[in-house]
Amino acid sequence: MKKNTKKNILTLTALLLFIGFLTIADKIFDAYEMRIINLAGIYVTLGLGLNLINGFTGLFSLGHAGFMAVGAYTSAILTMSPELKQMNFFLKPILPIFADVQWPFFPALIMAGLMAAIAGALIGAPVLRLNDDYLAIATLGFGEIIRIIFTNTQTLTNGALGLKGLPDFTNIYWSWGTAVVMVVVMVLLVKSSYGRAFKAIRENEIAAEAMGVGLFKHKMMAFVLGSFMAGVGGALLGHLMGTIDPLMFRFLMTFNIVLIVVLGGIGSITGTVISAVVVTVMLEALRFLDGSMDFGFIQIEGIPGMRMVVFSALLMVVILFYQRGLMGTNEFRWEWVTNPKETITNAWKNRKA
Amino acid sequence: MSIQTFMQHMVNGISLGSLYALLAIGYTMVYGILRLINFAHGDIFMIGTYIAFYAMTAFFLPWWAAFMLALVLTAIFGILVERLAYRPLRNSPRISIMISAIGASFLIENLGIVLFGGRPKAFPIAPIFAKIFSFGGVSIVSIQLIIPIVTLVFLAMLVYIVNHTKTGMAMRAVSKDYEAARLMGIDVDMIITFTFGVGSLLAALGGVLWGLKYPQLIPLMGMMPGLKCFIAAVVGGIGSIKGAVVGGFILGLGEILIVALLPSLTGFRDAFAFVLLIVILLVKPSGLMGKTTTEKV
Amino acid sequence: MLGKIEKPRGKGSEKVTVLKTDNITMRFGGLTAVSEFNLDMKEGEIVGLIGPNGAGKTTCFNMITGVYTPTEGNIQCMDTDITGKKPHEITKLGIARTFQNIRLFKDLSVLDNVMVAGHMRLKSNLFSSIVRTPDYVKKEKAMYEKSMSLLKEVGLEKEADEVATSLPYGKQRRLEIARALATEPKILLLDEPAAGMNPQESLELMEFIHDVRDKFKVSILMIEHHMQVIMGVCEKIYVLDYGVTIAQGNPREIQNNQKVIEAYLGVDE
Repeated sequence: MKKNTKKNILTLTALLLFIGFLTIADKIFDAYEMRIINLAGIYVTLGLGLNLINGFTGLFSLGHAGFMAVGAYTSAILTMSPELKQMNFFLKPILPIFADVQWPFFPALIMAGLMAAIAGALIGAPVLRLNDDYLAIATLGFGEIIRIIFTNTQTLTNGALGLKGLPDFTNIYWSWGTAVVMVVVMVLLVKSSYGRAFKAIRENEIAAEAMGVGLFKHKMMAFVLGSFMAGVGGALLGHLMGTIDPLMFRFLMTFNIVLIVVLGGIGSITGTVISAVVVTVMLEALRFLDGSMDFGFIQIEGIPGMRMVVFSALLMVVILFYQRGLMGTNEFRWEWVTNPKETITNAWKNRKA
Repeated sequence: MSIQTFMQHMVNGISLGSLYALLAIGYTMVYGILRLINFAHGDIFMIGTYIAFYAMTAFFLPWWAAFMLALVLTAIFGILVERLAYRPLRNSPRISIMISAIGASFLIENLGIVLFGGRPKAFPIAPIFAKIFSFGGVSIVSIQLIIPIVTLVFLAMLVYIVNHTKTGMAMRAVSKDYEAARLMGIDVDMIITFTFGVGSLLAALGGVLWGLKYPQLIPLMGMMPGLKCFIAAVVGGIGSIKGAVVGGFILGLGEILIVALLPSLTGFRDAFAFVLLIVILLVKPSGLMGKTTTEKV
Repeated sequence: MLGKIEKPRGKGSEKVTVLKTDNITMRFGGLTAVSEFNLDMKEGEIVGLIGPNGAGKTTCFNMITGVYTPTEGNIQCMDTDITGKKPHEITKLGIARTFQNIRLFKDLSVLDNVMVAGHMRLKSNLFSSIVRTPDYVKKEKAMYEKSMSLLKEVGLEKEADEVATSLPYGKQRRLEIARALATEPKILLLDEPAAGMNPQESLELMEFIHDVRDKFKVSILMIEHHMQVIMGVCEKIYVLDYGVTIAQGNPREIQNNQKVIEAYLGVDE
């Protein structure tokens, strides 16, 4: 019991410090840096959602971007003022039911998650019974279908034109607050009986079923929950960027999140958090590769696309040599901080493993 | 719709179907042997087209030399991809090799953007491919005829190899039972290399023919066809070459006809493949010509 | 060396049938793996299923546990028809199993492996689990304690927090049994529990199986190649060869059965 209370105190302290950091963040960082920080927080939520499905339950789903789109568009349509909607939908007016709707952010955010979750349920029902590879392609296919539908339903989504002028609700409290909530939920889930059931499905489906874990029911749970998180993340993203269009949610988006999850360690919450921050920062930092670099005395012409080459190469290196990613399936433990000597000696002893 | 317009669409659909078939074969062969979805296959197709393009425009080779060069070099390229991205992960969990495939695909695409530039390039079309014939009101460009004929020729060669040579027999053995084939003394690595080579060669063939039919090249040109052709292979029955061909034609013809008959659905043209996939996976997951297998528990 | 054959416990002379298969047949395309298998298992019995490799024994297990749906015939557990039900439903009704090729949850701890098996009996929904309602916490604690006692039963309580793959083979087999018991079964199907064991371990296993039957009040059906274990522990034995039941009876009858001897008996383990 004593060990537990000590851990809880440490966690609580860390949480308070973090909240403190959030409050002073906008005084330290400029707008550009704040944007990156917000983006990192959103990617934490997105990464966790995908990790729940892929990493913890072992379902190789490649449709995450589609659910993000559902969430983003839901929140956009619900929160934009009627005038804003009129301005956007100049080609064809928006469906009448949505014309005068204007909700505050929090209910819209929840609705975004719910709509994505419903999409997840509808798509999961036929698709989750398939084996690995087919599941990957089927979810990829559905992600693309969603995008194609959104591109072609002018009256609902404004089609290829996208929506501009989304209210900029996403601030550091929303992005990182959601991230923290998601981390807490994930930790509680993974350590619960359901979390064990998910992991059992990942480890050995047949044995899991033989031990009474209903495969379809539990796969659906993980999938729907992960989709909910994707929807929330998508909505937060939309209100950070200010504009959304179907092209934003093509497979490249899913790839970025897969990258984050793989680099951090499939099946590690800590890994996803660290990786989300690192990848977001690096994606921005390496932007210079695409554009020209001015060193004062020389100018190096950037090569468009170089950034993604570096990232794809990075993914390849990790998957070929460090399959388990940064953290493998390990999680952060307070013992690392309170007892660093033992941690280091253990890690050194186990380095071959 | 008049008979002529319908025939026009049919011709279009058949040539598109042939192209899809060429690409689908590569997917089905690799999946049959390695149980791997080679996400990079569509990008190998793209590379084939670009090699031919540069051979003709930068090195001024005649089209037949450029095409042959493209076939050979792309085959080598495909073998390299297998060697570097897939072979090291042969004994790793499935998810790793899938991620490697996706990573390889993205890497090749972005390398394409870096090396070739994102702006569309015009594929040079030799006059022989642009002749127009008229059959009773239906005008057909020569390339529309050449594509299915060339496809058939190469298909026949492939079927011959698979069914009447020792290598082909070894290929069939490996796809039926990897371990047993190895125990029987078959050099599985060689067979896999050969499979990737053949699949990539056919992809390159599809690529140059595609360039002749749709002369606008961009580095991402392989993404959609790649996805669709994997779907075609699944629809026909993954692992079955016949199935891949059938799937390719169903997809090609279906796509053209859907847009022809229901023009309002033009924007959804790409969705057709995915809808078809979902339907097949729900109704007959082993594909039209595939067999259902049960896993030993 | 034969161990003592214990008299099964039952309700007086009228023993209840807990598991009954009625002419179940399994065909895979042109291959008939199992042909008209009739099993009648009474409460508290320890029944053996033997036969040469490939005789269809595990296929019978797979039909009973719902992995395969029998091509013909039906299966009754107590009074419920379980033919074609899904594996997790059948486990819920009280039939648990171990696997011929051990199927542990490799990356999970020894304790977690057992706790997973308790999940279905937890009767708690996703929300209360995440939010940790007092009801859930109480149930989880009870499951924890039950799992630990099961581990103690098989002698694995010290390794509770270790990763399942770090256990040596013999202990992995024991873990599989503990895991199966965690589902609170009435019928336990063991698929080659003695595989890879030396004579001393086999003796211990025989005692263990008896203990399990008595302590947990289960009826046991087991596939085995270890003749000592089968003869020493089972009250009734079915013999399969190429999917056909060539003999059934008590150990003495089986040992003297000409057809069985011809099929494969005489191979000493």
